[in-house]
Amino acid sequence: MSAVALPLASTSSALAAPTRTLSATLRILFTEMRYEVVRALRTRAYSLAAIGFPVMFYALFGLLLNRGESTGGVLVSKYLLGGYSVFGALGAAVFGFGVGVALDINAGWLELKRASPMPPLAYLLSKVAMAGAFSVLIVCLLTVLGVAVGHVHITLLEFAKIVGIAAFGAIPFSCLGMAMAFLVPPTSAAGIANLIYLPMSFLSGLWVPLGALPHVVQQIAHFLPSYHLAQMMYSALGASNKGTLLTHLGAIAAFTVAMLALTLVGYRRKEQNA
Amino acid sequence: MPAVMDFPVTQQPSIPAGAVAAVVAELNNVTKRYRSGVTALDGLSLSLRKGEIVALLGPNGAGKSTAVKLMLGLSTPTAGTVRIFGQDPRDTAARMRTGAMLQVGRAPEMLRVREHVAMFRGYYPKPMPYADIVAAAGLGDIQHRFFGELSGGQKQRTLFAMALAGDPDLIFLDEPTVGMDIESRRALWATIRSLAERGKTVLLTTHYLEEADALAHRIIVVDGGRVICQGTPAEVKAIGTEAVSGSATEAAKPLPALNTGTKIIHCVTTLNATHLEAMPGVQHVIINTAQARVTTSQPEATLRAMLALDAELHSIEVASPALEDAFLALTAHRD
Repeated sequence: MSAVALPLASTSSALAAPTRTLSATLRILFTEMRYEVVRALRTRAYSLAAIGFPVMFYALFGLLLNRGESTGGVLVSKYLLGGYSVFGALGAAVFGFGVGVALDINAGWLELKRASPMPPLAYLLSKVAMAGAFSVLIVCLLTVLGVAVGHVHITLLEFAKIVGIAAFGAIPFSCLGMAMAFLVPPTSAAGIANLIYLPMSFLSGLWVPLGALPHVVQQIAHFLPSYHLAQMMYSALGASNKGTLLTHLGAIAAFTVAMLALTLVGYRRKEQNA
Repeated sequence: MPAVMDFPVTQQPSIPAGAVAAVVAELNNVTKRYRSGVTALDGLSLSLRKGEIVALLGPNGAGKSTAVKLMLGLSTPTAGTVRIFGQDPRDTAARMRTGAMLQVGRAPEMLRVREHVAMFRGYYPKPMPYADIVAAAGLGDIQHRFFGELSGGQKQRTLFAMALAGDPDLIFLDEPTVGMDIESRRALWATIRSLAERGKTVLLTTHYLEEADALAHRIIVVDGGRVICQGTPAEVKAIGTEAVSGSATEAAKPLPALNTGTKIIHCVTTLNATHLEAMPGVQHVIINTAQARVTTSQPEATLRAMLALDAELHSIEVASPALEDAFLALTAHRD
């Protein structure tokens, strides 16, 4: 069949190799995302921890232990809203994406998915979407808590900005989780996720302001996307912050690329042993 | 009640008569060597034809799963070629015509059976109607349950349903009936047979030899990454019986080659081994206390002779040489 005959080929589509239309691909992607979010919400061990930790910490340090003090030009309760939103996004992705994918690899589930005609990106993007959805949910809960109990005054625009930043944070954090899933032994993934989640939050100043930490430690923060996302949060909330949007986005992009490269290394290694 | 008990020959579907069916999948002289230095497949060739049920048999580490992974495009060969429908198995076009049931430790537990099936149906351009999948895989009573709540056999049925979801032309089943009760297993066999009747090709790996015997048109015995032998279940059993006799050299003199009519007679008799060995067709005799095990190529003649000489002979059982014996003999020669 010549190229000229191609416009007529639709009548003999049974002979042609079945290819998928864009709309069919998007439908698969949407279904995959929907089920992934539903699955994560139903998995209480995950959903309660992912939502519970930031809410609990914020309630404790942002609301209970603070007596109306200010920092960075805003109320502590408003300032910490930014930090704990980033903390929530990090946990949702490192545990939801990282540990989730590691378990799927270990159980052979990822292999079954790969053997199917599912577009591989649908699997990954559904996990990013799930992490993003949890990040947004956490920001909303923290904001409601802050406004109701912590005297936080927040404009609709500020709120929209911090929701957007948290959702955006799901991307670099998911890439971190993915690199972890492909590099560490699957059975130790949960432990290693904790070793990433907690020190990284601390070193990014999400719990204790960075100024209170030794100078050397402060330098590490610049390599962590959580630090840059937190600065973006402070800027959005009208609190004092360091750096510019451009430097933050550049650092986050560099981190994301590095994690994708690490993932590729891990994936190749697994493939050669498959 | 038939006098001669046998494996249910009538249940063994025969390959549709007529012209040789088209090859749908092919491993051509494939070698797979892992980076660790282990050679999983060593110049293995096999082909699957349309409408065939093929069983891949072999001990652990024989290379069965590696062969399946290569045909699913989950792994690439070190040497040789793999073609599925004439295409690279990693092509989406090839995958759209393929379904797989692999040994999965855990599928997402907080999704319902019907949600899992719906997801897999969505991957394919012309999926099997949902109601048909439910009927074929026996999901009627479990479709609304969470995967995490299912028993081992129910999980297997759900994974089988996912393999069928796309109404694929080629289906890989890796140990499909592990953990299933007899009833579910027989129901699954019936479904697999009806798939083959519809022109689907099925490759299954199994360690239930009875399953291969009852189900497969063709058995391929694999060991050490190579094909040891292949043929219909009856042919493989015959080859295996030779190997059994051959390997039992410590007990017996060389024995003539056995044909597919060979049977094994178990009975309690006062006749001794010398008597029995002199009877027509008898090839091999083992006597433990009063229980005799007689291998014969002419079971009817042998039985007549035995009954004529021993009026008290009782507890007769006549069986085909078990595939299990054949299989063990065929794969026992390696260290």
